[in-house]
Amino acid sequence: MTSSATMPQPVSFGRRVKRFMADRPLVPLIILLVILVVILQILRPGIVNERWLANTVKFAIPLAILAGCQTMTMLTGGIDLSVGTVATMSAFIMATQIVNQDPAVAFLLAMMPAVLIGLINGIGVGVFRVHPLIMTLGTSLIGTGCLQVYQRTVIASGAKIPDFLNWLGTGLTYGFPNALLLFVPLAVLIVFTLRRTGFGRLLYAVGDNERAARLSGVRYWQVITALYVISSLLAGITGLLYIGLIKAPSLSLAEPLVLPSVAAAVIGGTSIFGGRGGYTGTIIGALILTVLTTLLTILQMPEGARRILFGLIVLFVTAAYLRIVEER
Amino acid sequence: MIGNARLTTNPLPENPLLDATGVAKNYGAVAALRNASLSVLPGEVHALMGANGAGKSTLVKILTGAIHADAGRVLIRGETRDIRSPAAARRAGLLPVYQEPSLIPDLDVLSNLRLTGTPVEPFRAWVRELGIPDLDLRDTARDIPLAVLRVLDLARALAVEPDVLLLDEMTAALPANLAEKVLEVVRRQGDSGRSVIFISHRFVEISALCDRATVLRDGETVGVVDIVPGVEEKIVELMLGARIVKTQMTARPAGQAASTATSRPRLGVRNLCVGTKLQDVSFDLANGEVVGVVALEGQGQDELFAALAGSIRPSGGSIEVDGQPVKFTHPSDAIRAGIAYVPGDRTEALAMQRSVHENIALPFSAALRKWGPIRVHKERTVVASAIARLQIDTRAQGEVQRLSGGNQQKVTIARWIAANARTILCFDATRGIDVGTKQEIYKLLRELAGLDKSVLFYTSELEEVQRVCDRVIVIFGGHVVDIFPVEEADEPALMRAAYGLPRGVTADVGILADPTSKPSTPEAVP
Repeated sequence: MTSSATMPQPVSFGRRVKRFMADRPLVPLIILLVILVVILQILRPGIVNERWLANTVKFAIPLAILAGCQTMTMLTGGIDLSVGTVATMSAFIMATQIVNQDPAVAFLLAMMPAVLIGLINGIGVGVFRVHPLIMTLGTSLIGTGCLQVYQRTVIASGAKIPDFLNWLGTGLTYGFPNALLLFVPLAVLIVFTLRRTGFGRLLYAVGDNERAARLSGVRYWQVITALYVISSLLAGITGLLYIGLIKAPSLSLAEPLVLPSVAAAVIGGTSIFGGRGGYTGTIIGALILTVLTTLLTILQMPEGARRILFGLIVLFVTAAYLRIVEER
Repeated sequence: MIGNARLTTNPLPENPLLDATGVAKNYGAVAALRNASLSVLPGEVHALMGANGAGKSTLVKILTGAIHADAGRVLIRGETRDIRSPAAARRAGLLPVYQEPSLIPDLDVLSNLRLTGTPVEPFRAWVRELGIPDLDLRDTARDIPLAVLRVLDLARALAVEPDVLLLDEMTAALPANLAEKVLEVVRRQGDSGRSVIFISHRFVEISALCDRATVLRDGETVGVVDIVPGVEEKIVELMLGARIVKTQMTARPAGQAASTATSRPRLGVRNLCVGTKLQDVSFDLANGEVVGVVALEGQGQDELFAALAGSIRPSGGSIEVDGQPVKFTHPSDAIRAGIAYVPGDRTEALAMQRSVHENIALPFSAALRKWGPIRVHKERTVVASAIARLQIDTRAQGEVQRLSGGNQQKVTIARWIAANARTILCFDATRGIDVGTKQEIYKLLRELAGLDKSVLFYTSELEEVQRVCDRVIVIFGGHVVDIFPVEEADEPALMRAAYGLPRGVTADVGILADPTSKPSTPEAVP
């Protein structure tokens, strides 16, 4: 209840810390990130250096952008499971079309499936009220199927990674990954959209109380359609960035990022029930997951055990974080 | 003033079947029931009456084990029973039939019967008795019309031969022929030595059916009366209680509305129909006018407001704004026409996890072309002035859910002050909030009227009518049954009208005077 606001009384150190963290939910996340890095340094002294940092950031960025898709859709109580497929499609189409096409044309062709899938997702969820989980899972499967068909038509022409994407994906300038040139403006834009635009406000409102939003004159389908198109566009851009990083076009290029992107958003404090969360937490969530992956790789465990541990840690971190941040 | 005096003339002839005394129930700081009692004799049909919010449904829920009382005692056949669950109430011989049908929609009738262990043959017999000869037990409940479902609910309850049958607005939504059968069966239930607690808003039924009535007011039992001709005046008086005395006319600039009434009405409602719930409703709302709407629960007022707010589409008639006919397909259409809806249930209107500021500013961003960057300073000024205007306590403004109910309600109104809506539809906006905030809201609505805005004000608290309104329309059974100028709208008059009793001198009105079908009964004349 609200009594805590009005009744000043001596509180224990533990409660004060808890209150502090509840007010600044980013603090415990950053602390966790630092702890993970320190553990890494202890296990393998000297590993934390400039090169490692750049590498970690490079791999965290695609995850962070996809996690941005999840953050925005989760704010409305939805989810976008088609981001992996969309990213894969635009990467694959880019890599195969660049062989014969002008780069601009190749880029447009690569983004087309993203717009299309986003639009279908948005209309399905916003107009026909299909549950986002089912809707995006469905379009994701359809997209994968289409990609397989497409693959046969370009099997003769081969594929190559455009130099520009190579530079963006793996290049460093003064020790900083070039991908930051894409990511920083994008992140600023997402944060600004969520905090300071009418659209961002509507995302929170729709996710918190759809009925109240409707009574305020908000048309649900418009918000949802725009949201899923934006989410898909971001996924498409991520695909282009990711192919520059991985350099091997395949039909399941970005698929392994889908569930970690959901986990990053959840760890970052965005509620899957909608109305609560933000992008800054998600970015740190993505960094935490990336460092965690490195950590588990270094432990040289069998793949199975590593996955089990990864899952356990994600569950534990999320539960602990919610306990710290939710004061009720 | 009427106290808690028992109005029965003769002492109780036998031991009551059900005897509840001193029942109390609090929800947080709100006392839903304070000191309710109900005593039902064997073979009696007993009416439970009270205005909206008097505590009827709370008492019923306690008796049937749906919720637990904070205090009080329930005796069944002289034994103290602790009714912990609906199943316990059933074992104790108490069976309710609620307004909402309780058959599971996806199961057929037979499976529904098995679920509650209802014997099939008696059920079949009762269904026939109740006027449905051709029921197929294999029918899925979902496919059965609502009226029939309610009858099946009743038959299901009758089939297990409960000692006390509890009927909540049983005849609402029933066509006349079914309603008649139901009343007949209920009456015979009483004759055969079983008891019925009968909740109804219809005096006609109560007078035809019941032996006695218990009247609740503000969570207290204020009287038990024998049903005799002419008693409805007594009941209305009991339901209103001391409030008649303290009714006061607030100084309002009268005649203001009259001056503007000659010009084009701000909002014109013409023969509006919504399904079967609202029929042929017409009235005008002028600029600078506050029109009250008074109705018992579920008389069609919800549909009226929803249609005006653009939430549902009317099935007939038309709505005019400033003389122009309009068709609303979404609340945003109504908002564009300057009509804002303030629902009584605040959880319907607010994004509870968001800030006061965001909630007030929400309509600003609704339209597609307002999706861009927010002009923070301009918006902050507008919102701050609305907050100041309503004196919202913003100490806990980070999340609206931490505000008190009164402050939450102020936020829902402040939103439309900030958006500068010309017409506000207030649906029981003062429900469940503290007295101080209520006063502020009355004052605010009057001020809005002074600024030539118009307000449609549904209220379940009759005394509010004279504090706020210029005129009042009364809805009963989906029809506008009366329109009062505020001078004549004292509580007894409104209460009578809300119960569908004709206006006029009290003495002439017999208990069986029914505005729709007038059966001439000799007892009606005193």
